[in-house]
Amino acid sequence: MTESQIHFARQFLREEALPSPFCPGCGNGIVTNSFLKAVNDLGHSDLRKFAFVSGIGCGAWIPSPHFKADTLHTTHGRAVAFATGLKAANPELEVVVISGDGDLAAIGGNHLIHAARRNMDLTVICANNWIYGMTGGQVGPTTFTGDRTTTSPYGNPERPFDLARLVAASGANFVARWTTAHPIPAARAIRTALERRGFSFIEMLSQCPTAYGRRTKSGDAVDMIKWMKSLPVRKKDEPLGHRVPTKDLLDLGVFADRDEPSFLQSMEKMKEQI
Amino acid sequence: MPEKVMFTMGDIACAEGALAAGCKYFGGYPITPATEIAEWMSQKMPQYGGAYVQYEDEIASITSVIGASWTGTKSMTATSGPGVSLMLEAIGLAVMTETPLVLVNIMRGGPSTGQPTRGQQGDIMQAKWGSHGDYQIIALTPASVQEMFDQTVQAFNLSEKYRTPVFVLADETVGHMREKLVIPDEKDLKLVSRKQPTVDPSEYLPFKADEDDLVPPMALLGSKYQFYATGLTHDERGYPSDKEHIQIKLVTRLQDKILKNADDIIDLEKFMLDDADIAVIAYGTPSRSAKKAIKDARAEGIKAGLLRLKTVWPFPEDIVADLGTEVKHIIVPEQNLGQVYHMVRSAAAPTPIHLMAKPAGMPQLPHEILAKIREIDSI
Repeated sequence: MTESQIHFARQFLREEALPSPFCPGCGNGIVTNSFLKAVNDLGHSDLRKFAFVSGIGCGAWIPSPHFKADTLHTTHGRAVAFATGLKAANPELEVVVISGDGDLAAIGGNHLIHAARRNMDLTVICANNWIYGMTGGQVGPTTFTGDRTTTSPYGNPERPFDLARLVAASGANFVARWTTAHPIPAARAIRTALERRGFSFIEMLSQCPTAYGRRTKSGDAVDMIKWMKSLPVRKKDEPLGHRVPTKDLLDLGVFADRDEPSFLQSMEKMKEQI
Repeated sequence: MPEKVMFTMGDIACAEGALAAGCKYFGGYPITPATEIAEWMSQKMPQYGGAYVQYEDEIASITSVIGASWTGTKSMTATSGPGVSLMLEAIGLAVMTETPLVLVNIMRGGPSTGQPTRGQQGDIMQAKWGSHGDYQIIALTPASVQEMFDQTVQAFNLSEKYRTPVFVLADETVGHMREKLVIPDEKDLKLVSRKQPTVDPSEYLPFKADEDDLVPPMALLGSKYQFYATGLTHDERGYPSDKEHIQIKLVTRLQDKILKNADDIIDLEKFMLDDADIAVIAYGTPSRSAKKAIKDARAEGIKAGLLRLKTVWPFPEDIVADLGTEVKHIIVPEQNLGQVYHMVRSAAAPTPIHLMAKPAGMPQLPHEILAKIREIDSI
């Protein structure tokens, strides 16, 4: 193969760990692609400067064991807390969390909002497929009202979180939401997230044809990508407001874009006063 | 720093021990009766060039400690029973990823919220069996303010040497009592740091243990070595595996690295045991009452002695078994309904073992233990 035929992402991947365990049609490959494109666009030729932390679930397998970097696969929900310890103990590291919505927003929801409140110097990428995929399709905190899953057989009676608004309201410096139907804007947002100090959060809506598509009768990967492609994109500086996400009312774009002092900056300031 | 003398409480002696051991990261969450450790560390950590972060819960604090330790930083947290209950899953992760850390449990009355300001020794079995799956742990049981310092240093050394979480299990009385503390000159302190790989990065296998001590060298995050750490069962490369032989090999090695090094790990004190007919086995605050009771019994001509456990895990099974062959009776006073008692019974049977159980804050008093010694002596 000539060099031009080798996919740019392969230099960042552990060849011996491939192929990935993801189902046919899974969005995690596109999430991986968008992330590595952002890294590539930033001029990195390897992932030496990065440490990746993930929790439990399909999304947690995006970096682990596939990324050619220091990768840490932790307990369910605790990736953000683990990453906070890494960053606080060694601020030189570029610490990135990649995990799913069940991991980050259900069992790990408290750590997520507190890290955003601290404006902790982390980039968190959430592959949101609206369901517990690895365990076969159970209702979660992002599942739409009325969705029938294996544990909401009569339709989900609860309302979902709007993760982008939640994290923006909790104090993150940068928050964006894109989908696997928007890999280029997603890569651009991830690039901004990696460059921004403080807490950055990228919500990547991502199809899970095996669990979400099948259980909720949302169709196959192509049907779901077509649906995500039709989602509205926010206008710049449009007020956030409050809304409960539905399949039509799930807006994309940037939800927070600010440069408030990060955790590490605040710590440095505190130390100067001792 | 030259030798320093303080009059202080056990919790603060513990924090000073951590500082002396080179701790540079503390993940905290307030809980009675361990809060003083977090308070002291929040004050001192920035002065020592380290970081104190207070978390949203104990799960986050212990998980962050594991993360911090992977950067090569000596890291700890301190809590009490309810906090340890929340931390148990993460303790399993630390065991599985072979992460050095120190977890201090200032034991209070339980179960549940129990008696937060009253001491107990109810978490001995939790420390060993709390997280799911088969594993071994190291747990130290100081009985004085000085030992809170000394054994916290020792806890760091053992955690670094064997790449494992180490508990400091102190009952609340030890945590809150005030005594003289001598902090030695730092050049007199023996400190241990984890061994690091020396092989070429292309040959580095992050979970390949050295044959002598069964401990794999640990690369630092961001170093020239690349690693993969996971709570999943993993091979020597660190990659997940569902193969039976990989699971058996890993779990057996994690057990063996503690049990086969037990002689190096275990620390205990033998007091007037040489010719004893009656042995008391105790740890923490009740061991102090026991010592006085034994002196009084000896004054009455009763041949009694004390085996004071400074390490409860790994349990000094061989030493207790030998003791069982040397004495006629063993008394075990504990501030619980009998935990170490069961270990003594399985090691020293058929020697009669007499439990003095007290699941409450006031330890067995010297005269109570003396009365028990007299009663058994008259059998």
